[in-house]
Amino acid sequence: MRICIRGGRVVDPSQGLDGPAEIWIKGGQIEAICRAGAPVGGCQRDAQIIEAKDFLIVPGLVDMHVHLRDPGYEYKETILTGAEAAVAGGVTSVACMPNTDPPMDHGAVVEYVLRKAKEAALAKVYPIGAISRGLKGEALSEIGELKASGVVAISDDGRPVTNALVMRRAMEYAKGFGLPVISHCEEPTLSARGSMNEGEVSLELGLRGIPSVAEEAMVARDILLAEWTGCHVHIAHVSTAGSVRLIRDAKRRGVKVTAEVTPHHLVLTHDAVRSWDTDTKVNPPLRSREDVEALQEALRDGTIDVIATDHAPHARVDKEVEYELAAFGISGLETLVGLTLMLVERGVLDLSQWVTKVSLNPARILGIKGGTLTPGSPADLTIIDTNTSWKVDPANFRSKGKNTPFKGWILKGRVVYTLVDGRVVYKAGI
Amino acid sequence: MSEVAWQKGWWRKDLLSIKELSREEIQMILDTADSFKEISTRDIKKVPTLRGKTVITLFYEPSTRTRTSFEIAAKRLSADTINISVSTSSVVKGETLLDTALNLQAMEPDIIVLRHSAAGAPDMLARALKASVINAGDGFREHPTQALLDMMTVREKKGSLEGLLLAIVGDIAHSRVARSNIYGFKKMGARVRVVGPGTLIPRGIESLGVEVFHDLREGIRGADVVMALRIQRERLEGAFFPSEREYARFFGLSLDVLREMAPNALIMHPGPMNRGVEITPDVADGPGSVILEQVTNGVAVRMAVLYLLAGGTRGEDLH
Repeated sequence: MRICIRGGRVVDPSQGLDGPAEIWIKGGQIEAICRAGAPVGGCQRDAQIIEAKDFLIVPGLVDMHVHLRDPGYEYKETILTGAEAAVAGGVTSVACMPNTDPPMDHGAVVEYVLRKAKEAALAKVYPIGAISRGLKGEALSEIGELKASGVVAISDDGRPVTNALVMRRAMEYAKGFGLPVISHCEEPTLSARGSMNEGEVSLELGLRGIPSVAEEAMVARDILLAEWTGCHVHIAHVSTAGSVRLIRDAKRRGVKVTAEVTPHHLVLTHDAVRSWDTDTKVNPPLRSREDVEALQEALRDGTIDVIATDHAPHARVDKEVEYELAAFGISGLETLVGLTLMLVERGVLDLSQWVTKVSLNPARILGIKGGTLTPGSPADLTIIDTNTSWKVDPANFRSKGKNTPFKGWILKGRVVYTLVDGRVVYKAGI
Repeated sequence: MSEVAWQKGWWRKDLLSIKELSREEIQMILDTADSFKEISTRDIKKVPTLRGKTVITLFYEPSTRTRTSFEIAAKRLSADTINISVSTSSVVKGETLLDTALNLQAMEPDIIVLRHSAAGAPDMLARALKASVINAGDGFREHPTQALLDMMTVREKKGSLEGLLLAIVGDIAHSRVARSNIYGFKKMGARVRVVGPGTLIPRGIESLGVEVFHDLREGIRGADVVMALRIQRERLEGAFFPSEREYARFFGLSLDVLREMAPNALIMHPGPMNRGVEITPDVADGPGSVILEQVTNGVAVRMAVLYLLAGGTRGEDLH
């Protein structure tokens, strides 16, 4: 049976589309997009109609940086609860990081994750393989086998690859297999044991700081290695103005580098830590006002390609401890749309740029289907009511991770439908 | 250099690299080797060509095949041979390479065959010594007689190297065999590809006029000759590739993968082989494999090189 989504505003930068249109779906794929009101050939009476009047319809969101915690830390999240959180947040595809237990450093773990994702049958899950065996930063993992098992990139996310020679070889090897290397940029000898940004707030609070330069030193190294090896490097969760400058300069030189930023680094500063709320503890840490402004500017001018959540769910037990002992991370999937549409509302991005950053670009960087509504593409799409406001209540999160510094925030923009391969996998209780 | 060789147009005192040779010089060595090959099939495998000449093999790295091949070649030409290897020499007493060589020179040898782990070592000796120096492999740089025997083998099977497509698979970065063959096959008119993981293909190798492939099937598609290189597992595993298993899966020559080659393509390996890693046993022993013929031709090529560098006036006695 066909599905017809009518009455909404369709924004799809992959085909320069922004305006009222009807979307026809057949066999899990986009069949056609027609201008609203135009007669449709072959329109059938048995088509299922989704009324999207006054709603925004966009290609399904692609979140290229999430932690699903499964296998190993199922008390924090499982592939099922993570996938439920994804579709509730309007996300149709996620790429999940390999810091599980056992880590995704060989094919069997990747196959486990893919099987669980298939059983969940909600969001599409694309595993990211480990760069090094056991995420130890020493010997290369079986990157060819990982690719054959289905990984779309490699990363030791959460654990920087400190040995530059290992990183060089990882890039040379991954390039041969056509995989991007996603780098968590942090020089651990500089960030040692810090728990927030090093600056006036850490000074005031008496907390050990993580300096900007801990990130920037590694961004610089990995850009140079990308340039030397010709490998595509994607810089995860960029958080400082200095990193932005390095990436901007590298792109100008033609280095194959892309970058992402999280919603929380775009809207919060280290001032949030004054609350002593351990849900503000995240790595890289929330930075200064100047850094936030530089990140927003970098999104606008294309230096930063992607918004990704770094969804890092934790159990209360990981967070209900002294600030210095608390786990790093924010549960981000279910606030992605609300927080980033706020940037659109404030004029940081226009809607088309927004879709590019949350859907089109991540799909292209990972080389996966999605990010577009062109006929023949999988019918992954997100329908958003941009006029309704809602209050963030972690108790309502599908994710097991209730750790959000945005609790109590009023966000405008609410996901009403999420479709994956033409199936409604999420529908808001209206 | 011998008078006969000189008349043929051979001017060199030493054989240090394929890079320095002209197409004509390579041709001359291969033609000479072709004519020597028959000697090894005789009942009495000896000619007096180099009678009274002294050949020293000086090996600073372990080797069975190359050292034996040089020794047999020299003996079949009636030269006197002395073999020196690290463990039995004064090297253990701390003597420098140059001092060792000068001492040997004082005993008036005609040819020194040197294998050394340091690139450029043969060139240093060649400059310092009156004797001819043959490079039997220096570091990652060159192994000229290996490339010559490879070219001889292919020429024998295919008639000519002109227009052939050679794919060299494996650890190009640490391979003197790869470098010598790239120079040699290209000079003789063949096209050369190198195939391997990104970690084992030296950056900028395109400047030698080769095409780079990281996918084995694509890399050997249509190849007339596929050469597998030895993987030094003890040195490379973990660092340059994740595991032997993964290497074998993505870069090992197997019967399945070889369907991509041109019909009647040749399989070569400079040895020693890791069966089951860079080459499966059924490929190593299968049709198309000329691995043992390479070894046979190694003797002929080394006879030719010894002859051209030190051949006496008895060259005409050959037949």
